[in-house]
Amino acid sequence: MTLDDLQRGQSATITAVDWSMLAPDEAKRLRALGLDEGAEVSLAHAGVFGGRDPLAIVIGRMTVAMRRNHARAMAIRVEQA
Amino acid sequence: MTRIRTAALVGNPNAGKSALFNMLTGARQKIANYPGVTVERKAGRLVLPGGETLELIDLPGSYSFDASSPDEEVTRKVVHGEFAGEAQPEVLVLVLDAANLEQHLVFAQEVLALGRPTVVALNMIDLAERDGLVLDPSALSEALGVPVVPTVAVRRRGIADLVWAINNAEVQAASDPKDHNQPHLTLPERRLAARNIAKAAILSQSAEHRIHTGLDKLFLNPWLGPVILFGLLFVIFQAVFAWATPFADALDGGVGAISEWVSATLPAGLPRDFLTEGVLAGVGSVVVFLPQIVILFFFILLMESTGYMARAAFLMDRMMQFVGLSGRSFIPLLSSFACAIPGIMATRSISDPKDRLTTILIAPLMTCSARLPVYAVIIAAFIPNTKVLGPVGLQGLVLFALYVAGIIGAMVVALVLRRSVTKGAASGFIMEMPRYQLPHVKDLLIGLWQRAWVFLRRAGTIIFAATVILWVLLSFPKAGPGESQMDASIAGKLATGLHVVVEPIGFNREMALSLIPAMAAREVAVASLATTYAVDAEDEEAEAEGLAKTLSTRWSLPTALAFLAWFVFAPQCLSTIAVARRETNGWKWPAFMLAYLFALAYLTAGLTYWIAVAAGL
Ligand SMILES: Nc1nc2c(ncn2[C@@H]2O[C@H](COP(=O)(O)OP(=O)(O)OP(=O)(O)O)[C@@H](O)[C@H]2O)c(=O)[nH]1
Ligand SMILES: [Mg+2]
Repeated sequence: MTLDDLQRGQSATITAVDWSMLAPDEAKRLRALGLDEGAEVSLAHAGVFGGRDPLAIVIGRMTVAMRRNHARAMAIRVEQA
Repeated sequence: MTRIRTAALVGNPNAGKSALFNMLTGARQKIANYPGVTVERKAGRLVLPGGETLELIDLPGSYSFDASSPDEEVTRKVVHGEFAGEAQPEVLVLVLDAANLEQHLVFAQEVLALGRPTVVALNMIDLAERDGLVLDPSALSEALGVPVVPTVAVRRRGIADLVWAINNAEVQAASDPKDHNQPHLTLPERRLAARNIAKAAILSQSAEHRIHTGLDKLFLNPWLGPVILFGLLFVIFQAVFAWATPFADALDGGVGAISEWVSATLPAGLPRDFLTEGVLAGVGSVVVFLPQIVILFFFILLMESTGYMARAAFLMDRMMQFVGLSGRSFIPLLSSFACAIPGIMATRSISDPKDRLTTILIAPLMTCSARLPVYAVIIAAFIPNTKVLGPVGLQGLVLFALYVAGIIGAMVVALVLRRSVTKGAASGFIMEMPRYQLPHVKDLLIGLWQRAWVFLRRAGTIIFAATVILWVLLSFPKAGPGESQMDASIAGKLATGLHVVVEPIGFNREMALSLIPAMAAREVAVASLATTYAVDAEDEEAEAEGLAKTLSTRWSLPTALAFLAWFVFAPQCLSTIAVARRETNGWKWPAFMLAYLFALAYLTAGLTYWIAVAAGL
């Protein structure tokens, strides 16, 4: 399962990231924001019609917007509520 | 002592560096509630308690020294002393967001590892309190090994303490100029340490009570969100007309009254004509749009300071993706609604060069505030002030449509460019969403005052100069008996030449003439029309009547619509071209920009005219 499969309100831990799927600059930026292996994240919002893109991911005390194609590179383990 | 001593503000984007910079130096740098506002290095003077001064440098926000965009690169270079013509700053002022400590401490450790004398400003303490966080600055200071000063930049809290801390660090730097480099940590190590340090510094936190989750549910709702955004823009353009009318009328009346008074008191002759036709008709016709400008900026500043702008970017990203642009282009494009120049500068936060180039090329299509006087005068003259539906006025609706036309034009152009000249994979949208904030009334008022001042200064300088030159060209040589002044003048001859080119798209000679000085600035088109008609007017009464009234009797509706369409696209602004040249390092792209925009302007103005004529308007 990858991060773009997450349902709204669900939480998960990022287990692995396929950095080769991302442009180097974007990989850098995502990592700098803490979106990396081991991060605990949840999905707060998904964007408008037509693919529900981008995603608003909550990480720590911060909300980060990113696109689904970034999220697809991140494998997750969903936290059982 | 001849040494220039410097200190630099560093930290994550949106930490409040520029807000602190303004408080410390009395400068008026732009601050706004989204990441990536500052894209350049800016210097100011900080007066230390002893009376000496220190050069303080405001830098772009940065997530890491491993830069991923041109603005982050500036920060890295300055801090490492690699910036051309600039010594390495002696003291670093590290600005941290108290309400998001864990994240901000990651970059903080990279800064501290440099071993430079550093002071931490633990900023936004008020927001941390709002979110139910109680922090212990002394624990943080102990963990980081540097002084920590709690601050609230926007309320001036902790500023004096921060100045003292900077002063002490500077004294220390002077007595012990060596760096105390610390072992380099990897990113996961830094992240782990950040988490532990944050945990130790947070004394208590109440249950995740955050105001912004509720607001985001509303504003980012996939159905309601876009409706609210659209509705908001709609209200803005309605307000620009509805609210401004009484003020604009009063100003208009004022200018008219002064003009009549001048005519009555001064003897007939060149000086009087210069004042009434050149200065008052020309510059006055632009100044009357001050209320509209102020109202527009009121809304822009409101959206910027509350944090709504970033939500708008989130909602619009899908569309940007569709045309092959990254969401990062959104903020530069939004800034371009004020003026394309800061908009083009703001593209420095875009990492991908082709993305950046595309954004620079379409930035002039966003309706900048200089177009507002042009649109407003034509709309006032030709569009009846009727209500279409309830309180919705037709004039505001037309203005809204013109803005939308610019946006659609930009999207179509981007779509084409991304498939041709700037072909390449679009980069993504990654953006930290700022927390919502209530706007600070004082900051808002200062911002409005700055915008109003910029507008008036333009009126007093560039618009004034262009109008005076035009008036001279229009007034000489003097017309013989039976000849119109316009026909006789140098300007009239110029206009006749250009008229040949623009006649097919419905422009008359006065319009053709106004396009030339409008290259200096778009508002000059209005001033130029006003002066032209004033010089040509038979009597004082005709001279003193408002420009809108004159136009409505002299132009046909298709002509007026074509003129509006022209200004949606035409690149009538030399400064924009100059900035594009600087930011793209050459003439190639600005030349391309000029060519495609003029072509588009000509085509759309023509189409508008022909269709309107065919429709019998
Ligand atoms: N409540 C509160 N708001 C603050 C404080 N300091 C800054 N702000 C607000 O936070 C936002 C960001 O401030 P800026 O000074 O533009 O941040 P910056 O660090 O310069 O951001 P970049 O230039 O993007 O790196 C603005 O809306 C400020 O009004 C503070 O101490 N408390
Ligand atoms: Mg700043």
